[in-house]
Amino acid sequence: MALIQTHQLVKTYGVGEQIVHALDGVSIDIDEGEFVAIVGASGSGKSTFMNMIGCLDKPSSGTYHLAGEDVESMDDDALANLRNRRIGFVFQQFNLLPRTSAIENVALPLLYAREGDLAGLTKAQRDEHAKFRLEQVGLGERLLNTPAQLSGGQQQRVAIARALVNDPNLILADEPTGALDSKTSAEVMHLLTELNQQGMTVVVVTHEPDVAAYANRTITFKDGKVISDVAKENARNITTDPATGVA
Amino acid sequence: MNLPIALQALKVNKLRSALTMLGIIIGVAAVIIMIAVGSGAQARVKEQIAGLGSNLMILWPGSVTTAGVRGGTGTAQTLVEEDAWAVMRELPEIQVAAPTQRGSGQIVWGNTNWLAAIVGATPEYFEARDWLLVSGRMFEVGELSSAGKVAIIGQTVARELFGDADPIDQIIRVRGVPFTVIGLLEKKGQSMMGQDQDDLVVLPLSTARNKIFGALPGRIGRVSSIFIKARDGVDMKEAEEKVQDLLRQRHRLGLNTPDDFSLRNLTEILQAQEAASKVMAILLAAVASVSLLVGGIGIMNIMLVSVTERTREIGLRLAVGARGQDILSQFLVEAITLSTIGGVLGILLGGFGTWLVAELAEWRVELSILSIILAVGFSAVIGIFFGFYPARKAAAMQPIQALRYE
Repeated sequence: MALIQTHQLVKTYGVGEQIVHALDGVSIDIDEGEFVAIVGASGSGKSTFMNMIGCLDKPSSGTYHLAGEDVESMDDDALANLRNRRIGFVFQQFNLLPRTSAIENVALPLLYAREGDLAGLTKAQRDEHAKFRLEQVGLGERLLNTPAQLSGGQQQRVAIARALVNDPNLILADEPTGALDSKTSAEVMHLLTELNQQGMTVVVVTHEPDVAAYANRTITFKDGKVISDVAKENARNITTDPATGVA
Repeated sequence: MNLPIALQALKVNKLRSALTMLGIIIGVAAVIIMIAVGSGAQARVKEQIAGLGSNLMILWPGSVTTAGVRGGTGTAQTLVEEDAWAVMRELPEIQVAAPTQRGSGQIVWGNTNWLAAIVGATPEYFEARDWLLVSGRMFEVGELSSAGKVAIIGQTVARELFGDADPIDQIIRVRGVPFTVIGLLEKKGQSMMGQDQDDLVVLPLSTARNKIFGALPGRIGRVSSIFIKARDGVDMKEAEEKVQDLLRQRHRLGLNTPDDFSLRNLTEILQAQEAASKVMAILLAAVASVSLLVGGIGIMNIMLVSVTERTREIGLRLAVGARGQDILSQFLVEAITLSTIGGVLGILLGGFGTWLVAELAEWRVELSILSIILAVGFSAVIGIFFGFYPARKAAAMQPIQALRYE
């Protein structure tokens, strides 16, 4: 069964008299283990779509199943649980807590875990998990640095570690390289590719063709509709990760 | 679970936390200090009333008019000892009436001397003025009737003449006449006019009249003033009128003749003063309320701003799995923690400030528990409400709205 199943998703915003269809009947399935790039011009509805599948916003109509669970029927608290358990977010602006160490930033989602193996951990256990994830993204030496003491690329890697810490089914990255230069962008995309190769489902929203090129499947949005959905065999062969030096 | 989250958030934002607390601290401390000063002033006036003797009026002789020239109060010699006894005997409203003859003279002991007030009086004088002895004894009946040469002295006279020595049983000379000191009065302090009330020597009325003031002209049994104390619970105005009626009768004054005495109700003067200090206390409380209000607005502002500023943080927390109630309890705990710490620091600062006022300005202060509760309660309610309310708004948003909030 597909990890993400949307059927006729519609999202409308009322702007004065005018009704804007940010999403206009989007039906997409994404399987586990896919690396999907969602592209389109600004205003095409790609970010709105990502907010929908990330359960950050509610559709006006249509259905959405995440890992077989009917998202429609859930209340806000159940959605919070779902996000916590299933989804790791990576944002363009990193959205790290200021003046807070990397390890505490990464451990943040664990504070809100109420179901499954990760619920009710002690601080020491949470720190252990956070440390493991920071090592995974190559920041094992930067555990106690605050965001201000880290470069943009490092901050985004902390955000990725945070997205991973709850052992999610899905990583949603909204313009993850939008605030980074091309070299660090490549580092971050390599990291995401690597995670995908380890089995993680990754969905990246971007308007940069370079970034979309990392994905195995590219879905293009225009005016709230899907205009193309192209699968690509062997999108880009990764030999060596420039950030970690690990193949 | 939300306590560590909240404490962490406070620790991370030290400056903001400190500023929020500052508003609470200043508001609380200002209220405590001002109310302490205000009620201290009131308490001081109340003490003065108690010091004077409560329900007290003083009867003075009137003035004489000689060839069209009017003398002032006390120039007439119209009051006699018997007036006092009649007031006491015939008016049930009156607890005690004390005839006194007042003058001044040089007091000598050994090789020191001192000019002090000399009061000829009976034991009723001490009752009327609520004045107790700290050592020695009262006049005896024999000494009162047969002009015994004994004296009761005030604290100032004792200090000036005897220093640290015990004055009891010492012989002093009052205008050259030797007297044995038999009693020492407790300290009375200043009168409300700033007069030292302890600077006096009290002699039996008969002795003073016969041996000290004897050379002065006047009627037999004349006195210079009569202290009259009404019973507790008696309406002073009514008592005053009755005394006045009785005196007019006794002095056989016709309908159109003015009083040949003057009656002053001292309590009234003090009550006026008490009312004035009450006004001051209310004024201080008003100023304190304004500072509390300003403090409250400060708390409100910083809470509103900080929570609004943290809307994106709230959005992030929601995105990674916080429920609305997690956000609410985090902000509630933050607000409560700030209010509590600020309140405690405010109480400490207020207590210290009050002590400082008492020490440096030497003002009487009185800490009031009520003002502390009021001040802390008010700041806490404001702090908690304005920490909680915007957080509730933010927590009710869809996560994406909060995340995108600018």
